[in-house]
Amino acid sequence: MPDGVVNIVVVGLGGQGVLKASDILAEAAFAAGLDVKKAEVHGMSQRGGSVRSDVRFGREVLSPMVPAGRAHFLLALEDSQVEVNREVLGEDAAVLRPGQIDISKLNSPRSLNIAMLGLLSAHLDLPVEHFVAAVRANLPPAAHGANLAAFEYGRSLK
Amino acid sequence: MFGIWDLGFGIFPVTFSSMSEPDRKLLSGNEAIACAALDAGVALGAGYPGTPSTEILEVFSSLGGYAQWSPNEKVALEVALGAAFAGARAVATMKHVGLNVAADPLFTAAYTGVTGALVVVSADDPGLASSQNEQDNRRYAVAAGLPMLEPADSQEAYDFTAAAIEISERWSIPVLLRVTTRVCHSKTIVQRRTLNRPAAAPHYERDVQGRVMIPTYARLAHRRLRAKLAAIAQWSETAELNKVYSPGSPGGELGIITSGISTMHAREAAPAAAVLKLGMTYPLAVGKIARFARSVKRCLVIEEGDPYLAESIRAAGIAVDAQPEMYRFGELSVERVARILANDRSAEPQPAKGKPPQLCVGCPHRLTFETLRDLGCVVAGDIGCYTLGVLPPFEAMDTCVCMGASISVGLGLRHVLGEEQARRVVSVIGDSTFVHSGITGLVEMVYNPPATGHVVIILDNGTTAMTGLQEHPATGRRLDHGPAAQLSIEALAKAVGVPCVAVIDPISQRDRLRGLLEESLANGRLNVIIIRRPCPLAAKRIRQVQPGQS
Repeated sequence: MPDGVVNIVVVGLGGQGVLKASDILAEAAFAAGLDVKKAEVHGMSQRGGSVRSDVRFGREVLSPMVPAGRAHFLLALEDSQVEVNREVLGEDAAVLRPGQIDISKLNSPRSLNIAMLGLLSAHLDLPVEHFVAAVRANLPPAAHGANLAAFEYGRSLK
Repeated sequence: MFGIWDLGFGIFPVTFSSMSEPDRKLLSGNEAIACAALDAGVALGAGYPGTPSTEILEVFSSLGGYAQWSPNEKVALEVALGAAFAGARAVATMKHVGLNVAADPLFTAAYTGVTGALVVVSADDPGLASSQNEQDNRRYAVAAGLPMLEPADSQEAYDFTAAAIEISERWSIPVLLRVTTRVCHSKTIVQRRTLNRPAAAPHYERDVQGRVMIPTYARLAHRRLRAKLAAIAQWSETAELNKVYSPGSPGGELGIITSGISTMHAREAAPAAAVLKLGMTYPLAVGKIARFARSVKRCLVIEEGDPYLAESIRAAGIAVDAQPEMYRFGELSVERVARILANDRSAEPQPAKGKPPQLCVGCPHRLTFETLRDLGCVVAGDIGCYTLGVLPPFEAMDTCVCMGASISVGLGLRHVLGEEQARRVVSVIGDSTFVHSGITGLVEMVYNPPATGHVVIILDNGTTAMTGLQEHPATGRRLDHGPAAQLSIEALAKAVGVPCVAVIDPISQRDRLRGLLEESLANGRLNVIIIRRPCPLAAKRIRQVQPGQS
């Protein structure tokens, strides 16, 4: 990355697990020893509205928000939110969409966020064990099996 | 890393914890403030929920600190002030508009000062992510005469909370800690520290002249306050709270003076510029600012919100450039700072509109707004999830100003409108908002009843839903969801003298709601209709903490 900072924007609608996915992503980068910042807005967005969470990591991160035209990845849990966030995309940015996941392969459709995170992880230079540990740390034990399977499935798709 | 480490605020020694790995965490600004409060021995945290401040007390409580929701911010600040009078370290938390409610004690607490420590957290919301205005509470520091610290990330949220406690104790003065949405809710890396300064055991020392603000004593207190501020301003000149980042050699082209989150945007947008980051934004280190301004060819102030720094610095006789007026609206960002640096005053690109929030599918408030819409009511609304009743498909709200205004604004409408319109005015308020500042409106209604009577609907979903399901006095549970005395809203309404008080369930009695509302609108009397059904999002949690209840 030209400025040494990786910029990822996770988008979706309230209730889809955008914040959970970005928490796990940020913790995986943190565990890898990088500087990390994560920004989002709580409140009204929790009532089913558009949700966006920015994750940036690298040697030193300043602003917690991904500037327009600088995202390397847009992880969209909902197709409709790609257009809404198009301004954030950098040149050659990768847009990861829910259509890339075969929902029937997941134990629960609620694991879409983690499957998408698995898909994203295959594009990132972060050790997979940090993702696995962060999934475990951020979800209740009863959900570990299904979500780790969803993560592995997503990661295998690249 | 071990050993004595000066926190940089020059007052008390602080050491890094010996458990550096587990103590280094990715935390939100709110979590960091809570950790600092715990580590610094804060004995009491009080507040009222409000985005973006809410999580501070919840996390403080979950870590083992004593935290409480008060009915409103004024009460919370007064409780915290009492604790600080007794020599304890106390924190009061609120969103920016909450400080308006707490402004009365704030201004005079500046006069009384404190024996222990009092930190007042003001969480501002530039850009209005979840608020009714974007007021800039740096103005309160000036107006009340209280020191203000502004952290830029979670590490600073942690460090500045500890520093605020130190400053408060050293000068016996309440300190404002101003954070903003992007500091509260962004996560950045935090190293917790061992704060080596145990709190004194609370003990009351009588100090009548210092604590009883009759005019004779208050005149003296005002002079004491100004003397403290002068001493703090002097200290601030060398405090490391105010930090210079100078990437190049001295005498550079561009210098930027900024504070809080804007520092991060500015440093990213202008990596070659020298930056003076003001951690203490009141009182200002005028000498340090003047030296910085002289050291660069062009000095520009970049700030989110009001031109507070630019005006103050210019008033001190220091020539600086201010950003164009168009950038006082909304949040700053790296790209907006880049535009400011380029003096770009062209229209900004409008971001595509996302999906707006809406009342949840199973929300018990929906029926009320459908009914109000169908009856063509003039609805004086209030602050909460139910403010979403203004949006399609309901469009059943006509005013929304501040917490509690629904009842009193509705009464004002009733007093002056012609009878036909007056009879259609309804005030709609939520349970938490009612306890916060609707009770006095109800007293007003009984004391000064409109000729056509009035109808107040209290939407009681048994929680403070908008901010994330917090407890309040009418839920019968404390901040940590443990049992508490339960305020009865209907008993209170009857006690203040409201003649017609009804309670209705919008699900099991849904067929009766419209009829009840029509009767109440027609009877010309004072009516309180409590529409009671727990928020479905809260109901699950309530079952967990109180098995056997709805």
